Amino acid sequence: MNDFNDPLVTAWQLVAGADARLADIVLLSLRVSITATLIACVAGMPIGALLAVGRFPGRRVLIVLFNGLMGLPPVVVGLLVYLLLSRAGPLGQFGLLFSPTAMVIAQAVLVTPIVAALTRQVIADEWTEYREQLRSLGASRSRAAATLLWDGRFSLSTAALAGFGRAIAEVGAVMIVGGNIDGVTRVMTTTIALETSKGDLPLALALGVILIALVLSINAVAYALRGWAERHWG
Amino acid sequence: MNTWLTIEALGLTERATCIIDDVSLQLDAQRTVVLGPNGAGKSTLLRLIHGLLHPTGGSLNWPQPLTQAMVFQRPVMLRTTALANVIYGLKLKGYAATECERRARQALARVGLEALAKRPARLLSGGEQQRVALARAWALEPQLLILDEPTASLDPASSREVERIIKAIAGAGARILMTTHNLGQARRLADEIVFIDRGRIVEQAPVAEFFNKPRTSAAQDFLKEEIP
Repeated sequence: MNDFNDPLVTAWQLVAGADARLADIVLLSLRVSITATLIACVAGMPIGALLAVGRFPGRRVLIVLFNGLMGLPPVVVGLLVYLLLSRAGPLGQFGLLFSPTAMVIAQAVLVTPIVAALTRQVIADEWTEYREQLRSLGASRSRAAATLLWDGRFSLSTAALAGFGRAIAEVGAVMIVGGNIDGVTRVMTTTIALETSKGDLPLALALGVILIALVLSINAVAYALRGWAERHWG
Repeated sequence: MNTWLTIEALGLTERATCIIDDVSLQLDAQRTVVLGPNGAGKSTLLRLIHGLLHPTGGSLNWPQPLTQAMVFQRPVMLRTTALANVIYGLKLKGYAATECERRARQALARVGLEALAKRPARLLSGGEQQRVALARAWALEPQLLILDEPTASLDPASSREVERIIKAIAGAGARILMTTHNLGQARRLADEIVFIDRGRIVEQAPVAEFFNKPRTSAAQDFLKEEIP
Protein backbone atom coordinates (compact mmCIF):
# COMPACT_ATOMS: atom_id res chain seq x y z
CA MET A 1 0.00 0.00 0.00
CA ASN A 2 2.90 2.35 0.77
CA ASP A 3 3.92 2.25 -2.88
CA PHE A 4 0.78 4.16 -3.67
CA ASN A 5 0.16 6.17 -0.51
CA ASP A 6 3.60 7.63 0.03
CA PRO A 7 3.85 9.11 -3.46
CA LEU A 8 0.32 10.43 -2.98
CA VAL A 9 1.33 12.29 0.18
CA THR A 10 4.43 13.69 -1.49
CA ALA A 11 2.39 14.64 -4.55
CA TRP A 12 0.00 16.58 -2.37
CA GLN A 13 2.91 18.35 -0.68
CA LEU A 14 4.26 19.34 -4.10
CA VAL A 15 0.93 20.74 -5.21
CA ALA A 16 0.09 22.43 -1.91
CA GLY A 17 3.57 23.89 -1.60
CA ALA A 18 3.38 25.34 -5.11
CA ASP A 19 6.70 23.71 -5.97
CA ALA A 20 8.54 26.00 -8.40
CA ARG A 21 9.71 23.18 -10.66
CA LEU A 22 6.20 21.81 -10.82
CA ALA A 23 4.72 25.23 -11.59
CA ASP A 24 7.16 25.80 -14.46
CA ILE A 25 6.22 22.50 -16.04
CA VAL A 26 2.48 23.16 -15.70
CA LEU A 27 2.76 26.69 -17.09
CA LEU A 28 4.82 25.57 -20.09
CA SER A 29 2.27 22.83 -20.82
CA LEU A 30 -0.56 25.34 -20.75
CA ARG A 31 1.33 27.90 -22.83
CA VAL A 32 2.22 25.38 -25.55
CA SER A 33 -1.17 23.68 -25.76
CA ILE A 34 -3.28 26.85 -25.57
CA THR A 35 -1.18 28.53 -28.28
CA ALA A 36 -1.39 25.42 -30.46
CA THR A 37 -5.17 25.24 -29.95
CA LEU A 38 -5.62 28.91 -30.86
CA ILE A 39 -3.62 28.44 -34.06
CA ALA A 40 -5.63 25.31 -34.84
CA CYS A 41 -8.90 27.22 -34.35
CA VAL A 42 -7.83 30.12 -36.57
CA ALA A 43 -6.83 27.66 -39.30
CA GLY A 44 -9.28 24.83 -38.74
CA MET A 45 -12.59 26.64 -38.19
CA PRO A 46 -12.66 28.47 -41.54
CA ILE A 47 -11.58 25.23 -43.25
CA GLY A 48 -14.40 23.35 -41.53
CA ALA A 49 -16.96 26.04 -42.42
CA LEU A 50 -15.93 26.10 -46.07
CA LEU A 51 -16.06 22.29 -46.21
CA ALA A 52 -19.61 22.52 -44.85
CA VAL A 53 -21.06 25.19 -47.16
CA GLY A 54 -18.65 25.22 -50.10
CA ARG A 55 -19.07 23.66 -53.51
CA PHE A 56 -15.76 22.84 -55.13
CA PRO A 57 -14.14 19.79 -56.68
CA GLY A 58 -12.48 17.52 -54.16
CA ARG A 59 -14.70 18.63 -51.28
CA ARG A 60 -15.80 15.11 -50.39
CA VAL A 61 -12.24 13.83 -50.52
CA LEU A 62 -11.15 16.62 -48.17
CA ILE A 63 -13.98 15.83 -45.74
CA VAL A 64 -12.94 12.18 -45.58
CA LEU A 65 -9.30 13.27 -45.26
CA PHE A 66 -9.93 15.63 -42.34
CA ASN A 67 -12.17 13.11 -40.59
CA GLY A 68 -9.41 10.53 -40.99
CA LEU A 69 -6.71 12.91 -39.77
CA MET A 70 -8.60 13.30 -36.47
CA GLY A 71 -7.01 10.01 -35.47
CA LEU A 72 -3.50 11.06 -36.49
CA PRO A 73 -0.92 9.35 -34.18
CA PRO A 74 1.01 12.04 -32.26
CA VAL A 75 4.36 10.26 -32.70
CA VAL A 76 3.93 10.35 -36.48
CA VAL A 77 3.15 14.08 -36.36
CA GLY A 78 6.20 14.50 -34.11
CA LEU A 79 8.35 12.64 -36.59
CA LEU A 80 7.11 14.70 -39.57
CA VAL A 81 7.61 18.02 -37.79
CA TYR A 82 11.02 16.77 -36.60
CA LEU A 83 12.03 16.10 -40.22
CA LEU A 84 10.78 19.57 -41.24
CA LEU A 85 12.64 21.39 -38.48
CA SER A 86 15.86 19.36 -38.25
CA ARG A 87 19.06 20.97 -39.46
CA ALA A 88 18.87 19.26 -42.86
CA GLY A 89 15.13 19.81 -43.17
CA PRO A 90 13.38 22.51 -45.23
CA LEU A 91 12.82 24.71 -42.16
CA GLY A 92 16.11 23.75 -40.49
CA GLN A 93 17.65 27.22 -40.88
CA PHE A 94 15.34 28.66 -38.22
CA GLY A 95 16.82 26.43 -35.51
CA LEU A 96 13.43 25.71 -33.96
CA LEU A 97 13.93 22.05 -33.08
CA PHE A 98 13.86 21.29 -29.32
CA SER A 99 12.16 24.61 -28.53
CA PRO A 100 8.66 25.35 -27.23
CA THR A 101 7.88 26.80 -30.68
CA ALA A 102 8.53 23.41 -32.25
CA MET A 103 6.13 21.86 -29.75
CA VAL A 104 3.47 24.44 -30.62
CA ILE A 105 3.88 23.66 -34.32
CA ALA A 106 3.59 19.92 -33.76
CA GLN A 107 0.49 20.22 -31.58
CA ALA A 108 -1.13 22.70 -33.97
CA VAL A 109 -0.64 20.22 -36.82
CA LEU A 110 -2.10 17.47 -34.66
CA VAL A 111 -5.13 19.47 -33.56
CA THR A 112 -6.11 21.41 -36.71
CA PRO A 113 -7.83 18.43 -38.38
CA ILE A 114 -9.80 17.75 -35.20
CA VAL A 115 -11.04 21.34 -35.01
CA ALA A 116 -11.78 21.41 -38.75
CA ALA A 117 -13.71 18.14 -38.78
CA LEU A 118 -15.79 19.00 -35.70
CA THR A 119 -16.45 22.51 -37.04
CA ARG A 120 -17.63 21.08 -40.34
CA GLN A 121 -20.16 18.93 -38.49
CA VAL A 122 -21.54 21.87 -36.47
CA ILE A 123 -21.70 24.22 -39.47
CA ALA A 124 -23.23 21.58 -41.76
CA ASP A 125 -26.12 21.18 -39.30
CA GLU A 126 -26.62 24.94 -39.15
CA TRP A 127 -26.40 25.21 -42.93
CA THR A 128 -29.36 22.89 -43.44
CA GLU A 129 -31.42 25.19 -41.21
CA TYR A 130 -30.17 28.55 -42.53
CA ARG A 131 -29.41 27.79 -46.15
CA GLU A 132 -32.56 29.07 -47.85
CA GLN A 133 -32.83 32.17 -45.69
CA LEU A 134 -29.20 33.17 -46.23
CA ARG A 135 -29.41 32.54 -49.97
CA SER A 136 -32.67 34.49 -50.13
CA LEU A 137 -30.94 37.46 -48.48
CA GLY A 138 -28.19 37.21 -51.07
CA ALA A 139 -25.32 35.91 -48.94
CA SER A 140 -22.43 34.43 -50.89
CA ARG A 141 -21.12 31.08 -49.71
CA SER A 142 -18.07 32.55 -48.05
CA ARG A 143 -20.26 35.18 -46.36
CA ALA A 144 -22.61 32.40 -45.24
CA ALA A 145 -19.66 30.46 -43.83
CA ALA A 146 -18.56 33.49 -41.81
CA THR A 147 -22.11 34.10 -40.58
CA LEU A 148 -22.52 30.49 -39.49
CA LEU A 149 -19.15 30.47 -37.71
CA TRP A 150 -20.25 33.45 -35.65
CA ASP A 151 -23.73 32.07 -35.12
CA GLY A 152 -22.36 28.69 -34.04
CA ARG A 153 -19.75 30.20 -31.73
CA PHE A 154 -21.08 28.49 -28.61
CA SER A 155 -21.33 25.05 -30.19
CA LEU A 156 -17.87 25.54 -31.66
CA SER A 157 -16.37 25.93 -28.20
CA THR A 158 -16.76 22.16 -28.01
CA ALA A 159 -14.55 21.74 -31.06
CA ALA A 160 -11.90 24.00 -29.53
CA LEU A 161 -12.07 22.08 -26.26
CA ALA A 162 -11.70 18.72 -27.98
CA GLY A 163 -8.61 20.13 -29.69
CA PHE A 164 -7.18 21.44 -26.43
CA GLY A 165 -7.86 18.15 -24.70
CA ARG A 166 -5.97 16.32 -27.39
CA ALA A 167 -3.05 18.77 -27.27
CA ILE A 168 -2.56 18.89 -23.52
CA ALA A 169 -2.78 15.10 -23.18
CA GLU A 170 -0.46 13.94 -25.95
CA VAL A 171 3.13 12.81 -25.29
CA GLY A 172 4.54 11.54 -28.55
CA ALA A 173 4.76 14.72 -30.62
CA VAL A 174 6.16 17.05 -27.93
CA MET A 175 8.60 14.39 -26.80
CA ILE A 176 10.11 14.07 -30.28
CA VAL A 177 10.25 17.74 -31.33
CA GLY A 178 10.78 19.17 -27.83
CA GLY A 179 13.29 16.67 -26.57
CA ASN A 180 12.04 16.84 -22.96
CA ILE A 181 14.88 19.16 -21.91
CA ASP A 182 14.70 20.04 -18.23
CA GLY A 183 13.62 23.63 -17.73
CA VAL A 184 13.18 24.28 -21.45
CA THR A 185 10.79 21.89 -23.14
CA ARG A 186 9.63 19.65 -20.32
CA VAL A 187 5.83 19.55 -20.11
CA MET A 188 3.44 17.59 -17.93
CA THR A 189 3.03 14.54 -20.11
CA THR A 190 6.70 14.13 -20.97
CA THR A 191 7.64 14.58 -17.32
CA ILE A 192 5.13 11.95 -16.24
CA ALA A 193 6.57 9.51 -18.77
CA LEU A 194 10.16 10.25 -17.72
CA GLU A 195 9.67 10.31 -13.95
CA THR A 196 7.62 7.12 -14.00
CA SER A 197 10.36 5.31 -15.87
CA LYS A 198 12.92 6.68 -13.37
CA GLY A 199 10.77 5.55 -10.46
CA ASP A 200 10.09 9.07 -9.13
CA LEU A 201 6.42 8.49 -8.67
CA PRO A 202 5.44 11.50 -6.48
CA LEU A 203 6.24 14.09 -9.15
CA ALA A 204 4.63 11.97 -11.86
CA LEU A 205 1.54 11.45 -9.77
CA ALA A 206 1.28 15.12 -8.78
CA LEU A 207 1.42 16.10 -12.43
CA GLY A 208 -1.12 13.45 -13.31
CA VAL A 209 -3.53 14.82 -10.74
CA ILE A 210 -3.01 18.39 -11.95
CA LEU A 211 -3.46 17.35 -15.58
CA ILE A 212 -6.77 15.66 -14.85
CA ALA A 213 -7.95 18.54 -12.65
CA LEU A 214 -7.08 21.07 -15.35
CA VAL A 215 -8.88 19.22 -18.11
CA LEU A 216 -11.94 18.68 -15.90
CA SER A 217 -12.17 22.27 -14.72
CA ILE A 218 -11.70 23.74 -18.22
CA ASN A 219 -14.49 21.48 -19.45
CA ALA A 220 -16.70 22.46 -16.54
CA VAL A 221 -16.19 26.16 -17.21
CA ALA A 222 -16.91 25.68 -20.91
CA TYR A 223 -20.03 23.65 -20.12
CA ALA A 224 -21.32 26.38 -17.81
CA LEU A 225 -20.50 29.06 -20.36
CA ARG A 226 -22.35 27.19 -23.08
CA GLY A 227 -25.36 26.68 -20.87
CA TRP A 228 -25.44 30.38 -20.08
CA ALA A 229 -25.08 31.26 -23.77
CA GLU A 230 -27.92 28.95 -24.77
CA ARG A 231 -30.22 30.45 -22.17
CA HIS A 232 -29.19 33.93 -23.23
CA TRP A 233 -29.26 33.57 -27.03
CA GLY A 234 -31.38 30.45 -27.63
CA MET B 1 -51.52 46.12 -62.40
CA ASN B 2 -49.55 45.06 -65.45
CA THR B 3 -48.24 41.57 -65.90
CA TRP B 4 -45.14 41.24 -63.74
CA LEU B 5 -44.23 37.64 -64.43
CA THR B 6 -44.92 35.23 -67.25
CA ILE B 7 -44.09 31.60 -66.59
CA GLU B 8 -43.69 29.36 -69.60
CA ALA B 9 -43.78 25.55 -69.49
CA LEU B 10 -41.92 25.54 -66.17
CA GLY B 11 -40.88 22.10 -64.96
CA LEU B 12 -38.89 20.60 -62.11
CA THR B 13 -38.04 16.92 -62.07
CA GLU B 14 -36.05 15.47 -59.20
CA ARG B 15 -34.96 11.83 -59.09
CA ALA B 16 -37.46 10.89 -61.81
CA THR B 17 -40.30 12.53 -59.85
CA CYS B 18 -42.08 15.40 -61.51
CA ILE B 19 -42.68 18.07 -58.88
CA ILE B 20 -43.64 20.96 -61.13
CA ASP B 21 -45.16 19.80 -64.40
CA ASP B 22 -45.39 22.11 -67.41
CA VAL B 23 -46.62 25.18 -65.53
CA SER B 24 -47.57 28.19 -67.64
CA LEU B 25 -48.91 31.19 -65.80
CA GLN B 26 -49.31 34.89 -66.15
CA LEU B 27 -49.19 36.87 -62.93
CA ASP B 28 -50.64 40.36 -62.91
CA ALA B 29 -52.61 40.71 -59.67
CA GLN B 30 -51.00 42.60 -56.83
CA ARG B 31 -51.80 39.94 -54.25
CA THR B 32 -51.73 36.34 -55.45
CA VAL B 33 -52.34 33.35 -53.20
CA VAL B 34 -51.37 29.87 -54.34
CA LEU B 35 -53.68 27.19 -52.97
CA GLY B 36 -53.55 23.43 -53.23
CA PRO B 37 -53.40 20.22 -51.22
CA ASN B 38 -50.25 19.08 -49.39
CA GLY B 39 -47.51 18.05 -51.80
CA ALA B 40 -49.10 19.89 -54.71
CA GLY B 41 -45.88 21.80 -55.34
CA LYS B 42 -46.88 25.19 -53.89
CA SER B 43 -43.67 25.76 -51.95
CA THR B 44 -41.58 24.46 -54.83
CA LEU B 45 -43.23 26.88 -57.25
CA LEU B 46 -42.46 29.79 -54.91
CA ARG B 47 -38.84 28.66 -54.57
CA LEU B 48 -38.48 28.42 -58.35
CA ILE B 49 -39.81 31.96 -58.74
CA HIS B 50 -37.55 33.26 -55.97
CA GLY B 51 -34.54 31.54 -57.53
CA LEU B 52 -33.76 29.17 -54.66
CA LEU B 53 -34.38 26.26 -57.04
CA HIS B 54 -33.45 25.97 -60.67
CA PRO B 55 -36.05 24.60 -63.09
CA THR B 56 -35.26 21.58 -65.22
CA GLY B 57 -37.40 23.00 -67.99
CA GLY B 58 -39.25 26.11 -69.12
CA SER B 59 -38.56 29.69 -68.19
CA LEU B 60 -39.50 32.68 -66.04
CA ASN B 61 -39.92 35.90 -67.97
CA TRP B 62 -39.82 39.11 -65.99
CA PRO B 63 -41.02 42.12 -68.02
CA GLN B 64 -38.83 44.11 -65.67
CA PRO B 65 -36.67 42.57 -62.98
CA LEU B 66 -38.19 42.90 -59.49
CA THR B 67 -36.29 43.06 -56.22
CA GLN B 68 -37.51 40.21 -54.04
CA ALA B 69 -37.59 39.06 -50.46
CA MET B 70 -38.94 35.83 -49.03
CA VAL B 71 -40.45 34.87 -45.68
CA PHE B 72 -40.48 31.21 -44.76
CA GLN B 73 -42.84 29.06 -42.76
CA ARG B 74 -40.36 28.75 -39.91
CA PRO B 75 -38.53 32.02 -39.23
CA VAL B 76 -34.76 31.59 -39.28
CA MET B 77 -33.23 33.80 -36.59
CA LEU B 78 -29.53 34.33 -36.06
CA ARG B 79 -28.20 34.11 -32.49
CA THR B 80 -28.21 37.84 -31.96
CA THR B 81 -30.73 40.58 -31.23
CA ALA B 82 -33.93 41.15 -33.23
CA LEU B 83 -32.47 44.42 -34.48
CA ALA B 84 -29.22 42.80 -35.64
CA ASN B 85 -31.25 40.18 -37.53
CA VAL B 86 -32.96 42.92 -39.53
CA ILE B 87 -29.67 44.79 -40.00
CA TYR B 88 -28.03 41.61 -41.34
CA GLY B 89 -30.27 41.56 -44.42
CA LEU B 90 -29.64 45.25 -45.08
CA LYS B 91 -25.89 44.87 -44.67
CA LEU B 92 -25.85 42.16 -47.34
CA LYS B 93 -27.49 44.63 -49.71
CA GLY B 94 -24.61 47.01 -49.12
CA TYR B 95 -26.20 49.81 -47.09
CA ALA B 96 -23.94 51.89 -44.84
CA ALA B 97 -24.03 51.04 -41.12
CA THR B 98 -26.04 54.07 -39.98
CA GLU B 99 -28.55 53.62 -42.79
CA CYS B 100 -28.89 49.91 -41.89
CA GLU B 101 -29.70 50.79 -38.30
CA ARG B 102 -32.18 53.53 -39.26
CA ARG B 103 -34.06 51.30 -41.72
CA ALA B 104 -34.00 48.32 -39.36
CA ARG B 105 -35.46 50.33 -36.48
CA GLN B 106 -38.12 51.72 -38.79
CA ALA B 107 -39.03 48.23 -40.03
CA LEU B 108 -39.25 46.86 -36.47
CA ALA B 109 -41.51 49.77 -35.53
CA ARG B 110 -43.77 48.99 -38.50
CA VAL B 111 -44.27 45.41 -37.27
CA GLY B 112 -44.81 46.68 -33.72
CA LEU B 113 -41.62 45.29 -32.22
CA GLU B 114 -39.51 48.37 -31.51
CA ALA B 115 -39.67 47.58 -27.80
CA LEU B 116 -38.08 44.18 -28.40
CA ALA B 117 -35.30 45.42 -30.71
CA LYS B 118 -32.50 44.55 -28.31
CA ARG B 119 -33.89 41.19 -27.24
CA PRO B 120 -32.24 37.93 -28.36
CA ALA B 121 -34.26 36.96 -31.45
CA ARG B 122 -34.34 33.24 -30.73
CA LEU B 123 -35.95 33.75 -27.36
CA LEU B 124 -38.93 35.62 -28.82
CA SER B 125 -42.23 33.79 -29.31
CA GLY B 126 -42.96 32.14 -32.64
CA GLY B 127 -45.26 34.97 -33.67
CA GLU B 128 -42.73 37.63 -32.70
CA GLN B 129 -39.97 35.81 -34.59
CA GLN B 130 -42.14 35.72 -37.70
CA ARG B 131 -42.72 39.45 -37.35
CA VAL B 132 -38.95 39.99 -37.12
CA ALA B 133 -38.65 37.95 -40.31
CA LEU B 134 -41.29 40.18 -41.92
CA ALA B 135 -39.43 43.27 -40.74
CA ARG B 136 -36.19 41.86 -42.18
CA ALA B 137 -37.94 41.39 -45.52
CA TRP B 138 -39.80 44.71 -45.41
CA ALA B 139 -36.64 46.68 -44.56
CA LEU B 140 -35.29 45.65 -47.97
CA GLU B 141 -38.31 47.33 -49.58
CA PRO B 142 -38.83 44.50 -52.08
CA GLN B 143 -40.99 44.97 -55.15
CA LEU B 144 -42.10 41.36 -54.73
CA LEU B 145 -42.59 39.68 -51.35
CA ILE B 146 -42.91 35.91 -51.40
CA LEU B 147 -44.32 34.14 -48.34
CA ASP B 148 -44.43 30.38 -47.85
CA GLU B 149 -47.20 29.56 -45.37
CA PRO B 150 -46.15 32.39 -43.06
CA THR B 151 -48.78 31.64 -40.42
CA ALA B 152 -48.80 27.83 -40.53
CA SER B 153 -47.25 27.42 -37.07
CA LEU B 154 -48.80 30.47 -35.40
CA ASP B 155 -51.78 30.95 -33.10
CA PRO B 156 -54.82 32.93 -34.37
CA ALA B 157 -53.80 36.23 -32.73
CA SER B 158 -50.29 36.09 -34.21
CA SER B 159 -51.75 35.08 -37.57
CA ARG B 160 -54.00 38.15 -37.60
CA GLU B 161 -51.01 40.37 -36.82
CA VAL B 162 -49.01 38.77 -39.64
CA GLU B 163 -51.95 39.33 -42.02
CA ARG B 164 -52.09 42.98 -40.99
CA ILE B 165 -48.38 43.36 -41.77
CA ILE B 166 -48.71 41.62 -45.15
CA LYS B 167 -51.53 44.00 -46.05
CA ALA B 168 -49.42 46.96 -44.98
CA ILE B 169 -46.49 45.79 -47.11
CA ALA B 170 -48.85 45.41 -50.07
CA GLY B 171 -50.25 48.85 -49.26
CA ALA B 172 -46.74 50.25 -49.60
CA GLY B 173 -46.74 48.98 -53.19
CA ALA B 174 -45.12 45.54 -53.08
CA ARG B 175 -46.56 42.60 -55.00
CA ILE B 176 -47.44 39.68 -52.74
CA LEU B 177 -47.14 36.04 -53.72
CA MET B 178 -47.94 33.58 -50.97
CA THR B 179 -49.20 30.14 -50.04
CA THR B 180 -51.47 29.28 -47.15
CA HIS B 181 -53.58 26.43 -45.84
CA ASN B 182 -55.95 28.88 -44.25
CA LEU B 183 -58.78 29.54 -46.71
CA GLY B 184 -60.12 32.44 -44.66
CA GLN B 185 -56.73 34.03 -44.91
CA ALA B 186 -56.63 33.44 -48.66
CA ARG B 187 -60.03 35.13 -48.97
CA ARG B 188 -58.88 38.09 -46.87
CA LEU B 189 -55.51 38.60 -48.54
CA ALA B 190 -55.81 37.54 -52.17
CA ASP B 191 -56.83 39.46 -55.25
CA GLU B 192 -56.30 36.35 -57.30
CA ILE B 193 -56.11 32.62 -56.52
CA VAL B 194 -53.87 30.14 -58.31
CA PHE B 195 -54.97 26.58 -57.55
CA ILE B 196 -52.44 23.84 -58.21
CA ASP B 197 -52.56 20.10 -57.77
CA ARG B 198 -49.83 17.50 -58.40
CA GLY B 199 -47.51 20.07 -59.87
CA ARG B 200 -50.00 21.40 -62.42
CA ILE B 201 -52.02 24.59 -62.61
CA VAL B 202 -55.66 23.62 -62.29
CA GLU B 203 -57.34 26.98 -62.02
CA GLN B 204 -56.53 30.67 -61.88
CA ALA B 205 -59.30 33.08 -60.95
CA PRO B 206 -60.14 36.28 -59.08
CA VAL B 207 -60.67 35.51 -55.42
CA ALA B 208 -64.46 35.97 -55.28
CA GLU B 209 -64.99 33.88 -58.37
CA PHE B 210 -62.76 31.07 -57.08
CA PHE B 211 -64.55 30.76 -53.75
CA ASN B 212 -68.09 31.27 -55.07
CA LYS B 213 -67.99 29.46 -58.38
CA PRO B 214 -64.91 27.27 -58.82
CA ARG B 215 -64.84 26.07 -62.41
CA THR B 216 -62.96 22.81 -61.99
CA SER B 217 -64.13 19.78 -60.05
CA ALA B 218 -60.71 19.48 -58.39
CA ALA B 219 -61.09 22.98 -56.93
CA GLN B 220 -64.70 22.24 -55.90
CA ASP B 221 -63.58 19.09 -54.08
CA PHE B 222 -60.70 20.95 -52.46
CA LEU B 223 -62.98 23.68 -51.13
CA LYS B 224 -65.53 21.13 -49.91
CA GLU B 225 -62.88 19.18 -47.99
CA GLU B 226 -61.26 22.26 -46.49
CA ILE B 227 -64.53 23.83 -45.37
CA PRO B 228 -66.53 21.01 -43.79
